[in-house]
Amino acid sequence: MEVYDDYFYTKEHEWVNFEDSTATVGITEYAQDALGDITYVELPAVGSQVEQFEQFASVESVKAASDIFCPISGEVTEVNTELEEKPGLINKSCYEKGWIAKVTLSDQDEQSNLMSADEYRNYVSNLD
Amino acid sequence: MNPYIANTPSDVEAMLATIGLKSMEDLFADIRPEHRPKSFDLPEGLSEFEVVAHVRGLAEKNASGLTLFIGGGCYDHYIPAAVKALIARGEFYTAYTPYQPECSQGTLQALYEFQSAICTLTGMEVANASLYDGGTALFEAVMMAMRINGRKKIIMDGGVSPIYRKILTTYTSNLDIEFQETPVEHGHSSREQINKLLDDQTAAVILQNPNFFGAVDDHSDIIRQAQQQGALVIASVYPVSLGLLKTPGEMNADIVTGEGQSLGLPLNFGGPYLGFMATKKKFIRKMPGRIVGETVDAQGRRCYVNTLQAREQHIRREKATSNICTNVSLCAVQALMFMSLLGKEGLKDLARVNLDKAEFARQTLEKVDGVTVKRSSPTFNEFTVMLTHDASQVAEAMIPHGFAAGFPLGRYYPGMEKYMIIAVTEKRTKQEILRYAQCLGQVLKEMK
Repeated sequence: MEVYDDYFYTKEHEWVNFEDSTATVGITEYAQDALGDITYVELPAVGSQVEQFEQFASVESVKAASDIFCPISGEVTEVNTELEEKPGLINKSCYEKGWIAKVTLSDQDEQSNLMSADEYRNYVSNLD
Repeated sequence: MNPYIANTPSDVEAMLATIGLKSMEDLFADIRPEHRPKSFDLPEGLSEFEVVAHVRGLAEKNASGLTLFIGGGCYDHYIPAAVKALIARGEFYTAYTPYQPECSQGTLQALYEFQSAICTLTGMEVANASLYDGGTALFEAVMMAMRINGRKKIIMDGGVSPIYRKILTTYTSNLDIEFQETPVEHGHSSREQINKLLDDQTAAVILQNPNFFGAVDDHSDIIRQAQQQGALVIASVYPVSLGLLKTPGEMNADIVTGEGQSLGLPLNFGGPYLGFMATKKKFIRKMPGRIVGETVDAQGRRCYVNTLQAREQHIRREKATSNICTNVSLCAVQALMFMSLLGKEGLKDLARVNLDKAEFARQTLEKVDGVTVKRSSPTFNEFTVMLTHDASQVAEAMIPHGFAAGFPLGRYYPGMEKYMIIAVTEKRTKQEILRYAQCLGQVLKEMK
């Protein structure tokens, strides 16, 4: 199962990629695989403020509808509108084309509440 | 053994033993004696024959066989014999939306057609497979509106059925929702009052057309203004009227609900009735209840399934869109049969006949001493009159003449004790209307 080395992860299987003061958020390979074919993504509103681990989006697959929790606090600056027409991008490319939202960081310290790639790999291997 | 309680003493003993108790007394040990009723005052059981006789005796106390001029949300429409014959077929006899499409294609197709018919009738883009009744459908619409825009203030027009408003406030009594009621002015929704209350915290405005007093209104202007504030507009409608009136879709309402009893279902006390709900396609994922969709099977053949289920309770548990996982399928199919038998032209004709007969009754009653017909707004098949006496007493006095005279308004609108709403459907004949007017005049004269 693929885990990107330089990304950070949550127990709810979201990933976050930090670039300067912007964080890109998505769901992991493990999550997309567990959900199956994704049929709909409810995106957060651009400009909305989110708290760390607060629900800010949801994905619906043929099996289930699941909440997506934002790994860090901040303001949503951009959402992946391509998912509105092609929600399956999350299945095809969960770490790249299937990103969900970009958030401007408000608190750098929150990174310490997240898992590194190795910690996440370890976490997932203990789940199965 | 009591014939109506299937547990024998040995069943009871076995069940108690399974949970490790000795007696029924042990089962209720947690309830202290002072909190228990002294006696349930339950008489000995009766035989089937005795029960039938007893219940028949109770039923005879009802004023039955009356000629109905009463509406207020439920209407005395003709139900074609074909509807009754078709709905009794075993193939349709299930109350529930089927989970297994592979063995339920007929039922699913019927519900899909029902949804399509509701969309056509209301002028909306999507409809669900039905809800319980008009009042609870309205409640679901309020919850849906709040899910969509995350706001908590609801403006309720005073012309919305007071029974529905009571259902709403009861259902939501433990929720953080603020209801604001606006008065009816000259029979119509008060634009001024609604505008005054509308702001960026308003989740939805609830309107009804025709309103409870029977007044027909074009709510397009209110709807436009509400939407400018980011509020949604919920329209509660009387489906039979839509054969003639401007649809809520044409007025651009966001969510439409209503009571479907008038579409081929008999009048009864307590249901089952038929709630329906339609909305715009962009809100489909926020809509409660079942939605049947058309798709193709592995071999490319047309087929039907329950769709958008992932947001429902049996999958999403406490995070479900709503707790409505069921509907009133049988009633929905019956309404579909009614609409299909009448067809588009038939529904227009039906609405026209209702309007014409009500208009005839209105004109006839205007000539009756002691009756003032309210003329401030156009009406469909129901209108408000003011009487010289208490309307409840008048209605009571009309029963021996064989009439359910109308819906006295005093119970729900304090200060309107002398007002009554009168409904005239296609079933009322000219003779019945004339005799009704004559009896009403006589009753009012005798009360002087």
